Amino acid sequence: MEDASIGMFIAVFEEIFGQGLFWGMVAVAVIVTLAYLYVLFRDRAVSWRKFLWAQLAMPFGAVGAVWIVLAVTKSHLRDMGGPVDAIVLLGVAVLGAIGLAILVYTVQSLVRGRQDDDVSLG
Amino acid sequence: MTDDITTSRRAFLAMAVAAGGASQIPVHAAQAQAAPVATSARIVILGAGAAGTALANRLRARLDGADITIVDPRVRHLYQPGFTLIAAGLRPANYSVSATADWLPRGVTWIEGGATTIDPEAQRVETTTGETLDYDYLILATGMELHYEGIAGMSRDLIGRDGIGSVYAGPEEAAATWALMDRFTDEGGEALFTRPATEMKCAGAPLKYTFLTDDYARRKGTRGRTHIRYAAHSGSLFGVPIVNEKVRMLYDRQEIDTVYNHVMTAIDPGRKIATFTTPEGDVEFPYDFTNIIPPMRAPQVVRDSGLAWQDGAFAADGWAEVDRHTLRHARYPTVFAVGDVAGVPKGKTAASVKWQVPVVEEHLVAQIAGETSDASYNGYTSCPLITRVGRAMLIEFDYDNNLVPSFPGLIAPLEELWVSWLIKEVALKATYNAMLRGRA
Repeated sequence: MEDASIGMFIAVFEEIFGQGLFWGMVAVAVIVTLAYLYVLFRDRAVSWRKFLWAQLAMPFGAVGAVWIVLAVTKSHLRDMGGPVDAIVLLGVAVLGAIGLAILVYTVQSLVRGRQDDDVSLG
Repeated sequence: MTDDITTSRRAFLAMAVAAGGASQIPVHAAQAQAAPVATSARIVILGAGAAGTALANRLRARLDGADITIVDPRVRHLYQPGFTLIAAGLRPANYSVSATADWLPRGVTWIEGGATTIDPEAQRVETTTGETLDYDYLILATGMELHYEGIAGMSRDLIGRDGIGSVYAGPEEAAATWALMDRFTDEGGEALFTRPATEMKCAGAPLKYTFLTDDYARRKGTRGRTHIRYAAHSGSLFGVPIVNEKVRMLYDRQEIDTVYNHVMTAIDPGRKIATFTTPEGDVEFPYDFTNIIPPMRAPQVVRDSGLAWQDGAFAADGWAEVDRHTLRHARYPTVFAVGDVAGVPKGKTAASVKWQVPVVEEHLVAQIAGETSDASYNGYTSCPLITRVGRAMLIEFDYDNNLVPSFPGLIAPLEELWVSWLIKEVALKATYNAMLRGRA
């Protein structure tokens, strides 16, 4: 078991979410990431208008992720007991913020296409 | 080996933290798998609990052609670490229940009966289903017996009535205990907690449940009219001195009235009085709510088998006489004991099973292949000691009472942390299930 830690990771995640949900979420994460890369390459530019909306979405992603984690674990902000708790919670918030920002940017790009204000990447 | 274990533990805890963040990191399985050893050995595993099931799955993958038989009458598999969450009203009773059959691998014969006799000289087991099993290798994974009758006046059918709870007895009893605790903390009164003087499963569990009762009383505003007494069986609250000191400080902070060297010997459900033996003679304590933790001992069939310790601390309750590092029987080298029944200090937890099973697997496979193994169990045990709903201390230690934290400097073992609670809440059952399948 000592040399199977990555396999163990996958096994445990499969147990937490169920095989179907876990691999479904992995697929969604991969698809959104690929779609994000696709629109960047397609447009060869970053749209600051879309990026603004993406940034505005970040606090909602952060709060949403923290709320989900606290709800699932039946705990509250008052249960934070030490620095590592704050670090983990901030990590959750950052992941939620970045995840939602990427999603919002990608969806805008796919729906609205390239816009005039896009700044060319070269 | 030690470094490898640390790495693996880290991986497990990192995973737990990542799981809490609900993040998905695509990773690729890179499971190194040695070629299976061809053999026609007859292996009998007594018990399909955590240890027996995990070992059956791992042996099935490592041995090609082995005749593996697992003997257990129980059709329900119980995730025992979940009992505390059930008894805290955080999970329903069925949280801990699954089907034994769902975890057993193909190619392993399951006999739905118990063992009636074990003859280690003849290498033979007889079962309640009338079968006679000759074995080349025997694994004792029977678990233990909760000996409620060891407390005068106590029996299982009293659980859930008249303020008598017992978290250990099973998922339904844990749920019944929650109903009593919920009602008790609505009203307040006299709460009495204790632990037996025998070896026991998860020595942190009685402490946790005391903390949880205190927490609920505080949340409901009834702590002021609630007296909580904890009667320790010895001169300490926990066998690991540094942990004992921490718990003592927390009990002081929570105003839990602690008495030492008190062993519960009788209970009178009618009068709601429990009797304790102490060095100064018997004393009686009243209760409105109590969590009975019965004396624990090896099952009758093991006690009668000649495989139990003949002398020393583990003899009286019949624990199997095995080497504490290899888990191989001291007198019968083709017999191993794993899990609760093993007569070793500490180690009666699912976390211990997770570290014991691969050691037994390595020694057994090596023995079958005509080789030797240096795999060694160091007594590792883990106890997420819940101090309230939302916080726990992730205590990990070994035979030598050393703390062996998985993330030294990051997740402090003696701090009450939300992260440690997160691990207990989200990742432990998943890790346990992966362990049952032989994948963790």
